[in-house]
Amino acid sequence: MREQDVPQDEGIAEGLKEVCYAVNQEGRYVLAASAGWEPKNITNYQAWEQIGEKLADLRREVQAGRLSPLAYHMARNQMDLALLAQYTGFFRWQIKRHLKPKVFKKLKDPLLRQYATLFRLTVEQFLDPATIDHDRIPGQPQPTPEKP
Amino acid sequence: MKITFRHRQSAHCESGVTANLLSHYGEELSEAMAFGIGAGIFFAYLPFIKLNDLPLTTFRNITGGILKRTMKAMGCRLEAQTFRNPSQGMAALDEKLAQGTPVGLQTGAWWLPYFPEAYRFHFNMHNLVVYGKDGDRYIISDPVFSEPVLCLGSDLSKARFAKGALAPKGKMYYLVGTPKPERLPSAVKNGIKTACRAMLKTPLPIAGTRGMRFLANRLEKWPAKLGEDKAMLYLGQLIRMQEEIGTGGAGFRFIYAAFLQEAATVLSENRLAKLSGDLTDIGDHWREFAVRAARNCKGRAGTDDSYPAMAAIIRQCADREEALFKELSRIV
Repeated sequence: MREQDVPQDEGIAEGLKEVCYAVNQEGRYVLAASAGWEPKNITNYQAWEQIGEKLADLRREVQAGRLSPLAYHMARNQMDLALLAQYTGFFRWQIKRHLKPKVFKKLKDPLLRQYATLFRLTVEQFLDPATIDHDRIPGQPQPTPEKP
Repeated sequence: MKITFRHRQSAHCESGVTANLLSHYGEELSEAMAFGIGAGIFFAYLPFIKLNDLPLTTFRNITGGILKRTMKAMGCRLEAQTFRNPSQGMAALDEKLAQGTPVGLQTGAWWLPYFPEAYRFHFNMHNLVVYGKDGDRYIISDPVFSEPVLCLGSDLSKARFAKGALAPKGKMYYLVGTPKPERLPSAVKNGIKTACRAMLKTPLPIAGTRGMRFLANRLEKWPAKLGEDKAMLYLGQLIRMQEEIGTGGAGFRFIYAAFLQEAATVLSENRLAKLSGDLTDIGDHWREFAVRAARNCKGRAGTDDSYPAMAAIIRQCADREEALFKELSRIV
């Protein structure tokens, strides 16, 4: 790659400039700042859209009362049962139970707070995913919140 | 409290930390040199390891290998410690800083608040150097950022004790001894030898240039085997691995070409400079593959962007890299 061809396609990096290695006019390698590259933007959006679709599904499930809010927040924090079990110290089967709305409703405050803190939320935000009005895709315009 | 430490932005966190630490101890070393001496270049397609349900492809050697190998080759040692208890881990960090020692940390990127959202995921092998403390905030040289950053102790502690695969367990490391500049030529030679072995002689058909051909064969069959949609996700993951932040472009091929150029000067060996140019061309070819794959992901594939056409590019890269590393091994 030549220095003058270092791509500056803004997108997913949101202003962060990363270092690329490129050859200057004298044929020497130099470090060049790049704002991003279109193929990379495309494939990153692809990954975020996957996450976004999954979250939209889960949000609907939670609103319909088929899953507890924990299911949504777990996915939003890119965690699976194994990782969440490690962070909370709960067993996987305990977390699995917490995914059921019926069990979730009976959870005590300290436990809810533990989850909320891990997800960097207040307990109120944790209990009601509707307070999180959108699932953001980095580097793209904010989607308008879904109307119930 | 702040140690005088020169922060230099680099493409890759591990080679960046290696170069910056060695430079601090008087051996002015570029990131590309640290990467080359550490034999960072590699290739492997690991379809049985899944990340977000998609197969893993790597363009570099095993994490931690660059740090360890380069330090050793330059004649110093890396003292490393892990901790069970976060407060003990943070106290040990403070103690080292108070002694004026810049400290390298292995961290989980998810918990670092200064990371842009797009790069925050549960990746536990992110390296950085702490070189000061201002109140309850640490002063950090994070090699992938252009300027030093500040981070609250509570956040840094979470990052050091992140959970999941390859959990850092608070790992911190620092240099013992001083680098020996006279070792540079032999360090460069040995780094090249190690890379040649890994690329040509790894006894696994999924690694090195053989691994590239293995990927090409598999990739050709993706649409039939997985269906168009899933095949596109596989392609997307491959491009992200190749071009994601930290490779310097073309899956570390450009950064290794930069190393070969410097190595030519260190060893007074013109043939290395020529091979650097060859590797730049190979890197450009990898980028061409990325462009075509991305067109597929966007649903804008033209006739030149078919899966067999993309597989052909990877095979050409494999042939050219095989020739290149064979010639390299004859030179050193």
